[in-house]
Amino acid sequence: MTLSDVQNGLAAQGYVSDDRLAMALHLAQQLGRPLLLEGPAGVGKTEVAKALAAWQDARLIRLQCYEGLDASHAIYEWNYQRQLLAIRASEAQGGTSEAQLFSDEYLLKRPLLEAISQDAPPVLLIDEIDRADEEFEAYLLEILSDFQITIPELGTIPARTKPTVILTANGTRDLSDALRRRCLYSFLDYPSRETEMAILKARMPQVEGQLARQIVGVVQALRKEDLEKTPGIAEMLDWAAALSGLGVNDMAQSREEVQATLVCLLKTAADYDAAPPEVMDRLIGKVA
Amino acid sequence: MQVTRFPSRASGLADRMSGFIAHLRMNGMRVGPAETGDALAVLAEVEATDLPQARQALCVLLAGDAEDWRRFDDLFDAYWLNAGKQRTGVAQTAHVRVQSAKPMIWQQESQDIQETSSDSDQDATPDPGDEQAVGRDGKLIATRTANLSRRDLRELMDEDALKQAEQAATALARAIRDRRSRRRKKALRGPALDMRRIQRASLARGGEPMDLYRRARPPRPMRIVALCDVSGSMTVYSRVFLAFLKGLIGTGTEADAYLFHTRLMRVTDALRDHDSLRAAGRLSLMAEGFGGGTDISGSLEHFLNGYGARALNGRTIVLILSDGYCSSDPQALGDVLARIRRKARRIVWLNPLKGWRDYQPIAAAMQAAEPYLDAHLPANTLEALAALEPQFRKL
Repeated sequence: MTLSDVQNGLAAQGYVSDDRLAMALHLAQQLGRPLLLEGPAGVGKTEVAKALAAWQDARLIRLQCYEGLDASHAIYEWNYQRQLLAIRASEAQGGTSEAQLFSDEYLLKRPLLEAISQDAPPVLLIDEIDRADEEFEAYLLEILSDFQITIPELGTIPARTKPTVILTANGTRDLSDALRRRCLYSFLDYPSRETEMAILKARMPQVEGQLARQIVGVVQALRKEDLEKTPGIAEMLDWAAALSGLGVNDMAQSREEVQATLVCLLKTAADYDAAPPEVMDRLIGKVA
Repeated sequence: MQVTRFPSRASGLADRMSGFIAHLRMNGMRVGPAETGDALAVLAEVEATDLPQARQALCVLLAGDAEDWRRFDDLFDAYWLNAGKQRTGVAQTAHVRVQSAKPMIWQQESQDIQETSSDSDQDATPDPGDEQAVGRDGKLIATRTANLSRRDLRELMDEDALKQAEQAATALARAIRDRRSRRRKKALRGPALDMRRIQRASLARGGEPMDLYRRARPPRPMRIVALCDVSGSMTVYSRVFLAFLKGLIGTGTEADAYLFHTRLMRVTDALRDHDSLRAAGRLSLMAEGFGGGTDISGSLEHFLNGYGARALNGRTIVLILSDGYCSSDPQALGDVLARIRRKARRIVWLNPLKGWRDYQPIAAAMQAAEPYLDAHLPANTLEALAALEPQFRKL
């Protein structure tokens, strides 16, 4: 597999990647190292994993991190109810060895254990790792560097196949150096005008020429404005869908629709106030 | 394109790569011998002779955070393409000792190290920067040009001042009340039992509550973000403020420190260095334009865009140590403070000029800033800093 394969493969899934991201994914697969993606919200960090899984026809296993996430939710837990039932049942029938109780059968696999016990290598997405507590990062280290999980009752379980691991973060807190050192790193920023045009074209071929140029132009200009929540790619696509759904062909001629559909782009009251019709007129005027 | 002159002993790619890693480490990136091996492995995976590809591959491998990611191209060019005229270093290592190619700041640094190691008389040679500073002290005029003459901050920090400043900072940090969360969260030790988890775990023991889990109210410490002006007009106070910052970082509170003049840089890691002399050395290398002009709003803007999301939250006190003389648009300063205000809990401006008897905030920048400040306090000496304690209690 070469670098251009990666880029073409993602493009076939409708994901437009820049050179560095393609390189990062290529190396992550060649070296078997996890990839840490950082960047502002809405630039397609999570989408990368989905596109990668779809392209490689691999299973996508997702672990959404949150404050208070612990090992029993992320790695494994014993199925206590079943163990109790088994004990009761065996008492009735006359004896079971307790070794059986701690076997695979009674193990509830959570995403991380699931990911290393697949027959075909899956894509493991650990989303928003910076939302999890710092202690949780420590659990991850063993999995990320050696692809194995240690369960006291069973021993160490090595990975059957090595998953492609993608971690995303957007700077809620500093990640530890230990974690960063084990990962390849890539920073995703808001796309350039050309890239964004390509994304719009790949995702929504029905949005054409004039309108597409205007949408991308206005969104790019809005990102330069002083907003609380800068619109990302997902917002841009929503807006494009809304506009084309309303049958808009030229923004300058359908100002009301434009103003009404801004709810797709601007997500706080302050931002909405910051883009009154006059400002939008100016932005559209600049693009047209 | 010029070809890099490597030391004659550098025999092959591996040697040069280890030089590159040393170069990155010198510039503050956290890479070590393990990365040298990885880097060579990476080059085997891509077309190593294709420059953009090699650059991308190494960047993906070696960058650790967004800051590294942005700087990598420059550092790469500096080493491999011999564009390293103005490198900003952090520490000196034994690698790459090509005397002729070494930028001036490192030559100075290595001399200093030799001097201290040989225990020679430390204040034998008067620093030419001192005279410059004396000439500049009187006029409190902001200039836009970055002053690249490096001032050695080590002379600005002696042990006594450091100790005093540390005490003042500790007192301040303590004065800011340590708030505890109202919510109870699971903890290893704590006053309350976590019944829900005990019950859940009891399933494993046939319904007997054998494992006891506990809950406690986690501390939610106030965080302090200090932004210190080190421009020309602030030179006389820098000594105090830098020591103060060092104290603040050392108190164990969650604190973050930045220096700015026409640019902004994060110095938390440098200040956290236990060896205070080395910390000062690292600082003076960082504060390259120390003693030049000021661009307060630009620096604050950079802070907000680059670090704001991580550094600021609802429990953050932003300390700005500056005299408010700047060359940028006052309106811009008001705007950026309004934005910081939305994300932080309090903004406190410590102004050395406010200690003067008849001080009025007539500088346009200060007037634009006033409405957004929770407090505008005097701070021109260590005593004044220590006297701030009761004020901080109210925050």
